[in-house]
Amino acid sequence: MAFKQISSPHAHASQNTAKVMQLVLWATIPGLIALTIHFGWGSLINLVLATVTAVIAEALIIKLRGRPVSFYLKDYSAVLTAVLLGLALPPLAPWWVVVVGTLFSIVIAKQLYGGLGYNPFNPAMVGYVVLLISFPIQMTTWVTPAALLPEGISHPGLIESVQIVFSGLNPADGVTGATPLDSFKYADGLLVDQIYAQNPLFSQAAFAGVGWEWVNIGFLIGGLVLLASRIFTWHGPVAMLAAMTLMSVIFYDGGSSDSPGSALMHLFSGATMMGAFFIMTDPVSSAVSNRGRLIYGALIGVLVYIIRAWGTYPDAIAFAVLLANFAAPFIDNYTLPRTYGYTDRRRATEKEEDS
Amino acid sequence: MRTWITPGGVHPPENKHQSLTMPIGTLPLPEKLLIPLSQHIGTPAVPCVEVGKKVLKGQKIAEASGPLSVPMHAPTSGTISAIEHRPIAHSSGMLAPCIEITSDGRDKWKKHEGFKDVENATPAALVKAIGDAGIAGMGGAGFPSAVKLSPGYQRPIHTLIINATECEPYITADDSAIRERAAEIIEGIGILSHILGNPSNIMIGIEDNKPEAIAALEPHVEDTGISVVSFPTKYPSGGEKQLIYILTGKEIPSGDLPADIGMVCVNIGTTYAVKRAIVDGEPLISRVTTMTGDACGINRNYETLIGTPVSHMLANSEFNKETCSRLVMGGPMMGFSLTSADVPIVKTTNCILAPSYDEIPDDEPAQPCIRCGMCAEACPVSLLPQQLFWYSQADDHERLEAHNLFDCIECGACSYVCPSNIPLVQHYRHSKGEIQKARAEKVRSDHARERFEFHQQRIEQAEKDKEAKRTARREAAEKAKAKAAASPEKSASTAGGGAADIIAAAQARAAAKKVSPEQQQAKFERSIAGAEMRLQMAEEKLADAGDGHSDEQKNILTAAVEGARQKLEQAKGRLAEHIKQHNGEQVD
Ligand code: SF4
Ligand code: SF4
Repeated sequence: MAFKQISSPHAHASQNTAKVMQLVLWATIPGLIALTIHFGWGSLINLVLATVTAVIAEALIIKLRGRPVSFYLKDYSAVLTAVLLGLALPPLAPWWVVVVGTLFSIVIAKQLYGGLGYNPFNPAMVGYVVLLISFPIQMTTWVTPAALLPEGISHPGLIESVQIVFSGLNPADGVTGATPLDSFKYADGLLVDQIYAQNPLFSQAAFAGVGWEWVNIGFLIGGLVLLASRIFTWHGPVAMLAAMTLMSVIFYDGGSSDSPGSALMHLFSGATMMGAFFIMTDPVSSAVSNRGRLIYGALIGVLVYIIRAWGTYPDAIAFAVLLANFAAPFIDNYTLPRTYGYTDRRRATEKEEDS
Repeated sequence: MRTWITPGGVHPPENKHQSLTMPIGTLPLPEKLLIPLSQHIGTPAVPCVEVGKKVLKGQKIAEASGPLSVPMHAPTSGTISAIEHRPIAHSSGMLAPCIEITSDGRDKWKKHEGFKDVENATPAALVKAIGDAGIAGMGGAGFPSAVKLSPGYQRPIHTLIINATECEPYITADDSAIRERAAEIIEGIGILSHILGNPSNIMIGIEDNKPEAIAALEPHVEDTGISVVSFPTKYPSGGEKQLIYILTGKEIPSGDLPADIGMVCVNIGTTYAVKRAIVDGEPLISRVTTMTGDACGINRNYETLIGTPVSHMLANSEFNKETCSRLVMGGPMMGFSLTSADVPIVKTTNCILAPSYDEIPDDEPAQPCIRCGMCAEACPVSLLPQQLFWYSQADDHERLEAHNLFDCIECGACSYVCPSNIPLVQHYRHSKGEIQKARAEKVRSDHARERFEFHQQRIEQAEKDKEAKRTARREAAEKAKAKAAASPEKSASTAGGGAADIIAAAQARAAAKKVSPEQQQAKFERSIAGAEMRLQMAEEKLADAGDGHSDEQKNILTAAVEGARQKLEQAKGRLAEHIKQHNGEQVD
């Protein structure tokens, strides 16, 4: 009687990588719904366009690398990158913006570094930053929230949206406008209270910015689901949000005309919650240990705030995450956990003493 | 009682109920039993019987071969039918020396009796009896119990921990033994306590998924000072280090033994064997082994004779080869797969698992590591399994050691949770082996270098010696000449050759005598060669011990290497001393 030789352990939990990725994909739905309600069909079109591009690009590259295509496509990692990028891009952005960004994410930032698990930078954010630098106009044109559209104008319907995206048709006047972070940044000489009173983005908002607050709540809900499913630990997101809160409290400046804005605005504007739960939690490019992820998260929080407050870009998740990706190996070096039986943590580069 | 919580851990389905529906049973006597000479950590036993000899049940058939070894006994009466290499249950699937006994069907015991007055027996006598009974840790590692129970006077033991955790899924050998044999187990613990000088703290650590076993123990521990401590079920709480932390909140410093912090931890199955050995005079020739898994119609525990072929057990348990996905000795987390069912049950075999494909399907192909960190969350010793995996693939030994690879207990919790199905433990075992090989290689090359340098030095020394000899001879000759010149009449009175010849002759005699130091030197050199060989052997053994062996064993082997190295140093020292003296004599 011959039996197979298989190394231990023989039992295995039912989790697998594809399931993890799928769960993350499902968890973007509340955010996507909020985006669609408040900003129209654009995000959904982005998402589909990016996904198709990503899957084709990934399949081609895997084929070029001589690997089994279906085995690698089945891990859903390309789809996830595409979906995150699609959600981050401005709704109704021209199709080629989405395609170029996705190609950059998948081909350069992911596959050229060796594919899933080997990319030092978050692929979606690499794509995003490349677009932001190359096509600043398209990348900073946001759709006006539904509630603030001028009388008699509504968001384009699905068909019309597709036409806008593919044929360069211009949306009706007033459909695009500034984001809360934009308006706040360029509202020079006004006290915080004045901005809140004058700008409908704030005056008609519940607490942080019309539409945006709901988008952020959507991503927060999805993120909490992932946290509860132990897809990631709390360390990164909590550290990031805490650091942002702390920074905005310290530098609030009493609401003066130089104030970079309140903590609530920073937490619930722009891509904050998406960044905290869907972007910086990308495990591949982040720090490794829980303690490392605390530092990594805090670093992102601080960087986001610094760039938002004093940099030239109104939002900063992508830059902050990429900068922190650079720092991750360094953070890892000093944040190994303390192993059982040791009095202290070690450094990753420590050498055994010659005995 | 307060317990502590270890980091990490996993909760695989327990699957213990299947084998607990029936009491411990016995199998029909197998026709042939195969007793491997090495079922424990340490040197293999040496046969003390020849082929053809008739033996009685319990009769010694192999002697312990040193302090870290245990003897083997005949599990039944019969005839020694072979002493040769056979396949045994080892992860490498290797052949090992075994004694085969063909049973005579009578199962007739040799005369045996235990200690009449255990209370007044000396610990030394009891330890010796435990050693003679061939008892080695029955929880898995197989460390000779007599050695564990002699921690030495410099390390007083204040805490005795009995490991009844049995945290691996499926296995119920300890559970069922406790249910049925609690009184004898407690008696065994009493003996251990006596041997260790009555430690102030005696605890039986048991997971809370064994309420029946806990209830069975409780009436017997009353007024004994032994406490039964239960704690939440989590794999791997049964690792010695984990259990000690759970019960005491203390960690054994990396590289140390529990005895170094005043603790001894013994498996509960071993305590039963100790009772049988001391009170009844029975050597260790059988143990409780769980037969479980859906590929067997009968799931239960058997009191199994050591040496029983696994195939015999399967044949009596309605085994169906078609549905069996793999055959595992041990549990699903740390057990190793058997390629053949012909191998025997040994002293450490607590379980034979024959799962169906539904229970344990074939492994899925590994996907890339997504660095999700689930493995790190599961690791009970707070390692970063994903980093170990990364550096293991890169063969970066330095980083692996900085990430404490050697503190990995190979529990498999990381692989268990890994969503990418990466066989992490397999990578770690491989890297551990590689690093140990490299270490041994380094030691060897260091020695070779030293040896070479030493050799060079000796050649130079020999040159110097010769030169010195020549100088001495010349000087002596000149002196003689001068003397001869000073007293010509004396010189004339001696035979024609002159004084120089006489002195030369004397020197020749002296030189002849000097052969003896040279012989001496050769002797020293031989002893160096011997010491070197022993060192090399010890290192090899240490390198071989890479896989799946306890730290305890590695410490002992490391100590052996250290000892051999010291002996070598001493031998070299003696030679150097000798050469210096020898040289000194010549120059003087
Ligand atoms: S659990 Fe597996 S995939 Fe996740 S980090 Fe660990 S090794 Fe990588
Ligand atoms: S096998 Fe090693 S690395 Fe993996 S969980 Fe167990 S101790 Fe940690």
